[in-house]
Amino acid sequence: MKVLIAKPGLDGHDRGAKVVAQALRDAGIEVVYTGLKRTPEEIVNEAVQEDVDVIGLSILSGAHLLLARRVLEGLRGQGADDIRVVVGGIIPPADVEELTKLGVRRVFPMATPLQEIVAAFKDGTIG
Amino acid sequence: MRDAKLHAGIPIEPVYGPGHLAGVDIERDIGRPGEYPYTRGIHKHMYRDRLWTMRQYIGFGTPAETNARFKYLMAHGQDALNVAFDLPTQLGLDSDDRRAEGEVGRVGMAIDTLADMEEAFGGIPLDRVSVSLTINSMAAPITAMYYAVAEQQGAAAEKVVTTPQNDILKEFVARGTWVYPVDPSLRLVGDLIEYSAKHYPRSNPVSVCGYHIREAGCTTAQEMAYGLAIAAAYIDMMITRGMDVDDFAPRVSFNFTCWGKIFEEVAKFRAGRRLYARMVRERFGARNPRSWMFRSLIGGGGSSFVPQEPENNIVRGAYIALAAALSGAQTMALPTYDEAYTIPSAKAQLIALRTMQICAEESGVTDTADPLGGSYYVEAITTEMERVILEEIAQVDRMGGIVEAVKTGAIQAEVARQAYLFEQKLASGEIKKVGVNWYVGDRPAAADPAVELYRFDQTVADAQVAKLAKVRAQRDNGAVAAALRRLTDAARGTANLMPPILEAVKAYATLGEIAQAMKDVFGEHKEPVKFVR
Repeated sequence: MKVLIAKPGLDGHDRGAKVVAQALRDAGIEVVYTGLKRTPEEIVNEAVQEDVDVIGLSILSGAHLLLARRVLEGLRGQGADDIRVVVGGIIPPADVEELTKLGVRRVFPMATPLQEIVAAFKDGTIG
Repeated sequence: MRDAKLHAGIPIEPVYGPGHLAGVDIERDIGRPGEYPYTRGIHKHMYRDRLWTMRQYIGFGTPAETNARFKYLMAHGQDALNVAFDLPTQLGLDSDDRRAEGEVGRVGMAIDTLADMEEAFGGIPLDRVSVSLTINSMAAPITAMYYAVAEQQGAAAEKVVTTPQNDILKEFVARGTWVYPVDPSLRLVGDLIEYSAKHYPRSNPVSVCGYHIREAGCTTAQEMAYGLAIAAAYIDMMITRGMDVDDFAPRVSFNFTCWGKIFEEVAKFRAGRRLYARMVRERFGARNPRSWMFRSLIGGGGSSFVPQEPENNIVRGAYIALAAALSGAQTMALPTYDEAYTIPSAKAQLIALRTMQICAEESGVTDTADPLGGSYYVEAITTEMERVILEEIAQVDRMGGIVEAVKTGAIQAEVARQAYLFEQKLASGEIKKVGVNWYVGDRPAAADPAVELYRFDQTVADAQVAKLAKVRAQRDNGAVAAALRRLTDAARGTANLMPPILEAVKAYATLGEIAQAMKDVFGEHKEPVKFVR
């Protein structure tokens, strides 16, 4: 499995993204992390170029619905909607459902135990 | 007997006594409050003379909405403001910029032009209220707007007290609101310090933050070490630019967090004050005692708040307030219990303010200066923290100094490594979090859907964009273009950029235009992306 961890939008909080990237790498998963302030278009292009299986979006500013929608649309636009999208960050409970409806496979709100996130990538629930 | 360690890694003895103070010279190292090296605090009587300033971090939506929240908290006894700006403002993007979509007015208030700043501070007398501006890469233009509003209000320059954060180095390490490359970013920091020291003598033109670096994952000792290294870099830069250290060092301030182990936090600040005083006096040759003082906002620590059983965060906040008071804070701010979910509600903001007020007025912690001074435990770990902080500073020196370490990404990688270690300690239970990894029964509680959520309102962004269009239509566009040209020309040289920035601000140039005028010369920062060493 290959995963792109990405920070879309303007939010500069990258602690969670880097911790998850490190944990996945330690669990034997190939990880690409592209740094702060990527646009949804850039993320989609990077995911396609890197031929990843999953994109992990980390968003703490509250703009997760818009940004996740843009990434999912971009993937569909490129015929790359086999790439799964998961989201982590400050996600209010009601928005977990909204994100799932949009097509996000899993949501990991603030304070999700790291082992739970790693397990989700290993046990096939993300697909 | 179970093991116990400070977050900085120092083992804790089960009991402390006089033997642990070997090597501590009470007069030299501990001294008295208000006296060099200020281990016990920077004022003789501390809170008996003056309580800490209460300064909650606020800002959302339009300037008008933020103005209303300011007034609400001031009516409940908050005596100073701490302004949050939205991400487009922090990054120099106008509200109608495509990259700002979805972010206008979300995590702070949107500022596009001087007209917004006028509205944000309408009815708030800037010669009486002190205002912190949480702004970094855009500190020069936003502070210029603030100075322009103060001038419009007729406030005397020597009465204007503002603290733009203006600490760009920590933005490269954590928080991420950088725009320009490291060197021109540092020049802007210096320009604002120099201009403010000359024209606004009571402004605090830089607030050096260990806070965000700790929030990004570093240890307590690293928080202080990196903060001191960053402060030293700015002081060095200003001296190199030709200023006398005593002309600006008295207005250098700090912003640090203090969640976690109470006594470790107290020791961190006691060690930090001692180290800073000695550094500014001995290394930089400052003669004015005010230059030696580590004045700090202490508080925050939102990363320690969790969504599980969110009311427990109120209890965590009370301990943060206690730790901050025992640490000798000049200013305090607390995270709100709903912070792991949402932009704070008015209710949550009021509880945070009341927490600080209860600590101040009911707990007795303010009755005497440095009540923990002389504790075997606290004095012993103060010495230990000092030793570890110095080791961490030496480590930064081995990376080539803080500026070089920021450019290569070495320090960012170390902070990420520590964040990962912390997460592993949470997973193993070495670090306990009640209701999250401890006392949880089968599993932790789910996030609480009953917490009042901040509803982002697109009409707020639309109103902001409409207002911006109106300002663009009504201003003298020739004057704006001329001012922006002068700014770009000045950016090519070495003169202080505050005068041309002020000129552009007063012509109602937008923040995005001003940012771009400098970007044309400076270019943009390229992040050294590293998450493993």
